Amino acid sequence: MIGLTHYLVVAAILFTLGVLGIFLNRKNLIVILMSIELILLAVNINFVAFSAQLGDLVGQIFAMFVLAVAAGESAIGLAIMVIYFRGRGSIAVDDVNRMKG
Amino acid sequence: MIQTLAFYLFATIVVASAALTITSRNPVHSVLWLILAFFNAAGLMVLAGAEFIAMLLVIVYVGAVAVLFLFVVMMLDIDFTELRAGFVRYLPAGLALAVLLAVELIVGAYAWTAARIDLAKRIAPTDVTVPNIEAIGRLLYSRYLYVFEGVGLVLLVAMIGAIVLTQRKRADAKAQNINRQINRRAKDAIRNVNQPIGQGVEL
Repeated sequence: MIGLTHYLVVAAILFTLGVLGIFLNRKNLIVILMSIELILLAVNINFVAFSAQLGDLVGQIFAMFVLAVAAGESAIGLAIMVIYFRGRGSIAVDDVNRMKG
Repeated sequence: MIQTLAFYLFATIVVASAALTITSRNPVHSVLWLILAFFNAAGLMVLAGAEFIAMLLVIVYVGAVAVLFLFVVMMLDIDFTELRAGFVRYLPAGLALAVLLAVELIVGAYAWTAARIDLAKRIAPTDVTVPNIEAIGRLLYSRYLYVFEGVGLVLLVAMIGAIVLTQRKRADAKAQNINRQINRRAKDAIRNVNQPIGQGVEL
């Protein structure tokens, strides 16, 4: 049995890589969405590790919910990106100022 | 022993492929590295004893989400070299922040220990005699039924939203107009002509 801390360290590194991905590719919307998926994966690893360590199944149930929400989020995000690309011909995040918000 | 070896193998590959996901020049390669990361994360979850979540991860993430990403990357004609501008400029500050964040998280992970009282407060203790999938099913369809249905609703809203957002009317596309089709009567469409001999038909 591998200790909880090992899992937590892997998840922490994965989470950090996701944040770094958003930071480095701040123009490329596709890679930003993939980085968000990495962050959610790290959260899921934490949930499952705690669930296994504490002997409580609720963590795995919650990981399932996180998975479902992540799938919906990426579908909507990619749909918004596709219509944005149709109107603009580019997906650079810097250009997203049409609404002058 | 073999568990420890497998854990370090999976952990190394998941971290390496995540790093390659965010640094690849070509987004198609990024998606492929992401798929590798998901597979190895599923391996980590199998090691932790959560087989159902691991299989779900492979089916949902690799089978649906990653393929969706791949579709979009290949469908849109994007100049990715232009989008990479600023990558090197943000690298030092980004790396510094990332290292700081990672150190904080890891220190937090080492500082945490479960108290006896925390272990006593379990909501759904795992039963070693019941398989993982069966235990999750029992919990999901009893205590978490409403939350489960709520998640189904979230997915439905996401599906309808994605369809509504990306659907468009094209001027050159030929589509059926049901209303016009039903309202058309035979007397408007058919004309009886007594055609004289030796003349062409007037259309």
